Amino acid sequence: MRRGLVPRLLAHAVLLLGAVVMLAPFVWMLLTSIRPAEEVFGAVFNPIPGRFAAPENYARAWNEGNLPRAMLNGAIVCLGILAVQLLAAIPASFALAKLRFRGRGMLFGLVLFGLCVPIQVPALPLYLGLAHAGLLDTYFALMAPFFLTVFGMFLFRQFFRAYPDEVLDAARLDGMGEFEIVWRLATPAALPAIAAFSVFSVVAHWNDLYWPLIVVTSSELATPPLGILAFRDTESGGNYGALMAGAALVTAPLVLAFLVARRAFLRGITMTGLR
Amino acid sequence: MKQQQTPTSEARAAGLTLRGIVKHFGPTRVLDGVDLDIRPGEFLTLVGPSGCGKSTLLRIIAGLEAQSAGSVTIGGRSVDALPPSERDVAMVFQSYALYPHMSVAANIASPLELRRLSLFERLPLLRWLSPRRPRVMREIMTEVRAMAGQLQLEGLLDRRPAQLSGGQRQRVALGRAMVRRPAAFLMDEPLSNLDAKLRVHMRTELAELHARLGATFVYVTHDQIEAMTMSDRVALMDKGRILQLGTPSELYDTPADVTVARFIGSPPINLLEVEASAGGVIRMAGLALRAPGPGRYTIGIRPEALHLGRAAPGLLAARLRRAENLGAEWLLHAETEEGAPLAIRMTAAEHAAADALIGQVLHLSASRAGVHLFGPDGRRVAVEAAVEAPA
Ligand SMILES: Nc1ncnc2c1ncn2[C@@H]1O[C@H](COP(=O)(O)OP(=O)(O)O)[C@@H](O)[C@H]1O
Ligand SMILES: [Mg+2]
Repeated sequence: MRRGLVPRLLAHAVLLLGAVVMLAPFVWMLLTSIRPAEEVFGAVFNPIPGRFAAPENYARAWNEGNLPRAMLNGAIVCLGILAVQLLAAIPASFALAKLRFRGRGMLFGLVLFGLCVPIQVPALPLYLGLAHAGLLDTYFALMAPFFLTVFGMFLFRQFFRAYPDEVLDAARLDGMGEFEIVWRLATPAALPAIAAFSVFSVVAHWNDLYWPLIVVTSSELATPPLGILAFRDTESGGNYGALMAGAALVTAPLVLAFLVARRAFLRGITMTGLR
Repeated sequence: MKQQQTPTSEARAAGLTLRGIVKHFGPTRVLDGVDLDIRPGEFLTLVGPSGCGKSTLLRIIAGLEAQSAGSVTIGGRSVDALPPSERDVAMVFQSYALYPHMSVAANIASPLELRRLSLFERLPLLRWLSPRRPRVMREIMTEVRAMAGQLQLEGLLDRRPAQLSGGQRQRVALGRAMVRRPAAFLMDEPLSNLDAKLRVHMRTELAELHARLGATFVYVTHDQIEAMTMSDRVALMDKGRILQLGTPSELYDTPADVTVARFIGSPPINLLEVEASAGGVIRMAGLALRAPGPGRYTIGIRPEALHLGRAAPGLLAARLRRAENLGAEWLLHAETEEGAPLAIRMTAAEHAAADALIGQVLHLSASRAGVHLFGPDGRRVAVEAAVEAPA
């Protein structure tokens, strides 16, 4: 794959441009978060702030709004969702990939169909159901609609299909039950896919604004985006430095988690053919 | 062919009985009423072309596949309702089927752990609450180490399967099967992923292992040489049926069907179309055979049953195309006047005496023992005492 210097430079230039476009808002957010309020809308653009205001911005974001609580809620909700998703999707997708039973094709068709349905479609019935059950404004309401993940089932099924059947048969002869096969043999092999899925799931639900906005009213249950929203309202003056500091705090755990799981994540993506 | 040895360890061997086994996959009938009695301690090989249903039959015995009809008995006990793990059989797979993320020791220990520890005692974390688990695990590990010693795997117990050679993986798979002391071993083409040299070596090892364990072996292969060299008896399958069951010599010396004759033997048997006279007499290669009646027959002549002779009426004439020197013997490839290929096998001394040249016409006579006659349906036809061939 040796190519000439010019085409390679060109390719890198295009990639670099893409990276800049993707990264610019984050850089902007970080730069704004260390700027004093009066400089945010200053007449002259100066990337390096005249006065370094990071400590006060971050202190305000952390102390005045409800951010710590919102981030704790975010962690509870995301981990709760992820745990149930994995507990349900791994055995389900194993069955779809490896067990022969009547209606398997149709069930997998339903999974594919489910992939095409956005959350907005069942939002109203879900809301009504939760309201009738008296479960609005609870952790459960935040998590329940996402417990069953067709995306996860699809991803894991593709992964499990590549698992050698003879190993499963050997395990059956050794005396493993089907659930033990799922958790002791299939799951360790699917760790890259599980890591990739976990990143997708946590990012999606950490950042989700739509559903928490619908089912949560009390500030004790606010998720990170709701926390930012509330912080902006209380700060109605519009201290953008502190607001951006809040945004940076909310983003940080995801960035850190991704950096830690990056290897497994990329392997999962490439091995399941999701590229 | 294989010699019988007396088993040294205490034998745990079960006989297996298959009655009317039928298997459909959707509309296709893969097994078509298989009956088979496998004796305790026997090395029985299922051999046949790829796709004839050998693996399916083995998987039905193991309980991995449910038969559409028929019954399986292992050690006198009907196992049709039993799951694979309770049938007292172990299986060795073509791909070895080792657990990829477990060490060699854990692979070999796994059937014992699954049998001797409860589900609760196998769960992560919770298992540490069991007071008897450490003792059981120590016993298991002692047995695993003994097994590893038998199979020359001592230094490899901590490796993962991916870090082993093909031959080593094969031995781990054998260890995992043997450690349970099953009453029967089921093996599905266990040697076909090995290179040719190791395969020949493992043939001997498996035959010795069978003699040492004294257990029943049901061995599946598509390689007739494996079947002939290792087995006490061979069941030759084709299209979901057993065509013939017998010792390797019986299959070679009295093939019951033209398919059997064609499958067993290397180089393969020479098959020629012949016409019997009104009296049912067939004259071929210096022989006169009396068939049950007139009509078309297929005559099979083993390559070693053909001999070079001087031109004489009644001999089979064929033009020599190619000669292969195999060292101790020669293999000649010739073509009859009708264009049928013929293989002729002879010792180096015979070849030297005959001085057969490429392109020359050979005059071939056949010895009676290597000649078989098959009817239009492919079944063997009894040949009555040969009438004297006119000179
Ligand atoms: N699970 C299955 N579904 C459908 N057809 C199958 C299945 N397993 C095997 N077959 C078919 O059954 C036939 C016999 O297969 P198999 O027993 O594996 O043959 P062999 O081991 O003798 O090569 C083949 O034609 C194969 O395609
Ligand atoms: Mg097979």
